[in-house]
Amino acid sequence: MTLRPGRIAVHIALILYTILALGPIFLILINAFKTRRAIFADPLGFPNGQTFTTIGFDRVFANSDFGLYFFNSLTVTVVSLVLIVLIGAMAAWALTEYKFRGNMLIGLYLAIGIMVPIRLGSVSILRMMVELNLVNTLTALILVYVAQGLPLAILILGEFIQQIPKDLRDAARCDGVSEYRIFFSIILPLISPAIATVAVFTMVPVWNDLWFPLILAPGDGKQTITLGVQQFIGQYVTDWNAVLASLTLAIAPVLALYLLFSRYLVRGLTAGAVK
Amino acid sequence: MAEVSLHGVAKSFGATEILRDINLSVDDGEFVVFVGPSGCGKSTLLRIIAGLETVSGGEIRIGSQRVNELPPADRKIAMVFQSYALYPHMNVYKNMAFGLKFAKTDKAEADRRVRQAAEILKLTPLLHRKPRELSGGQRQRVAIGRAIVRNPSVFLFDEPLSNLDAALRVNTRLEIAKLHRDLGATMIYVTHDQVEAMTLASKIVVMNQGRIEQVGAPLELYRRPGNLFVAGFIGSPRMNFIKGQVLRIAGNSATLGFAGTDAVVNVAPGRLAAGDPVTVGIRPEHMEAGGAGATSLHGTIDAVEQLGESSYVYMKLASGDDVIVRAPGETDAAAGGSYTAHVPTRALHVFDASGVSVLAERI
Repeated sequence: MTLRPGRIAVHIALILYTILALGPIFLILINAFKTRRAIFADPLGFPNGQTFTTIGFDRVFANSDFGLYFFNSLTVTVVSLVLIVLIGAMAAWALTEYKFRGNMLIGLYLAIGIMVPIRLGSVSILRMMVELNLVNTLTALILVYVAQGLPLAILILGEFIQQIPKDLRDAARCDGVSEYRIFFSIILPLISPAIATVAVFTMVPVWNDLWFPLILAPGDGKQTITLGVQQFIGQYVTDWNAVLASLTLAIAPVLALYLLFSRYLVRGLTAGAVK
Repeated sequence: MAEVSLHGVAKSFGATEILRDINLSVDDGEFVVFVGPSGCGKSTLLRIIAGLETVSGGEIRIGSQRVNELPPADRKIAMVFQSYALYPHMNVYKNMAFGLKFAKTDKAEADRRVRQAAEILKLTPLLHRKPRELSGGQRQRVAIGRAIVRNPSVFLFDEPLSNLDAALRVNTRLEIAKLHRDLGATMIYVTHDQVEAMTLASKIVVMNQGRIEQVGAPLELYRRPGNLFVAGFIGSPRMNFIKGQVLRIAGNSATLGFAGTDAVVNVAPGRLAAGDPVTVGIRPEHMEAGGAGATSLHGTIDAVEQLGESSYVYMKLASGDDVIVRAPGETDAAAGGSYTAHVPTRALHVFDASGVSVLAERI
């Protein structure tokens, strides 16, 4: 492989972007294991014999219900993810496979959902949740996240379902396979790379969200991990050790899931192009 | 086993008419081939029989039952697709057994049928392979196997050989013919390849622009094409067409003038009058090199193709018509030279101005 100038430029750009993207994560990880003095004196330095400490982690576990927050986040993320993928795939299948009245309109309506940020509706959503008695429940969060994730999921999955040869569905119909079975036994297994893609794109913003936990479920032991971290950030004093430690703990599961899905993700993103 | 009949079947997508008033009956155990250029509606017609498309009008019967409203699975049909349409995530065995699971066939019976089909199609060593690990020909056999295990009354094939290479195509063609003999089932087969149609069919249905042009046994269509379209479609290289005119007519005997020569043929009574324009058709393989005989065509040679067992001479007549002559064996004719071909009168086809054959019945 020869290195042409264009190629080198591309690689430089990619490397710069990688540094930019990984930088903050790297900073959080190294500083979570340093003393407060070292964090401010040498924010870019690795922890060494003198500066290494786990006091942040100790404080997180001692002073907060970290386990509970973690569990709340996990519940909200996993349930939202399952619902988005399942409902999204079913809707995508219906919209691409069946021609019915209003098909186009529903497709357009969902496309608008991608473009309009759901936070614009925060006030109405809060009012609705109050009326439904869902404030301070994880259900409220899950409902909002499912609504937020569905449009993009339907778009991506619909695109993939369209690539599955029509003959395959017809063959199944000749075989006497019911429409439900076609969806679950043939379509779902074939779009699994796309599902991984959707899962990653959906999971990260849900896990990281601060906005909706803050306005819909701020108390009563329903806080998610991002909200839980906030208690260490004060108006006058911020416990940076604890903040960085809890952020480190919060990053870990997304990172693990991302690595798990990423193999499929790459396949999913390129599946349309290379065939 | 069952016969299939279509009565006034029509299909349109919006304002576009795909099929118009299709009437056809397929006897039990018959091998019927739908043939025609792409876009003629032959695949749509097959999908309508399968139940994958709805009709805009008319009735479809399989056996004695009207099946218009039945889903594909209840029509006792099995379809083999051009793309094979194997389930990519299942192995060969599961691909064949998948449909049986939903037909409420018991497990032992399903297993027996799959193994029997695999035996017939020489797929037994491949049962645990995934489709992507198979060659094109093997995939095609799996697709046929999936149809066999369903034990259908009617087999439907949608251009099953077009994705195979030439050598494999001939092999698979023979296998399908053998399968038809062994199973004795009714088969309907769609192709755009007239060689497949001629070799496989007991009855050919020639379609064009959403209509049936002619139905008949392969040789019947070859010998007595009913119109210009069928005449041009069946036979390779295609039939030569030369514009001509009726010079004289006496009873059934018409004297036709074309390309500087003339011929006397028997036509159906009352179909032609003196002075009428006609199209004269003559197959390349029916012309004879040399000028012996009353009717012959002279021209200059544009090109010569030597195939060994025969040669094709492409010549241009003084009238401007292009004519292909198939000469047996090798020829010493060369491009630029002049060429004369004798036209036997009994091999002539004659079509009137609307393209319909006007020949009298002949044996």
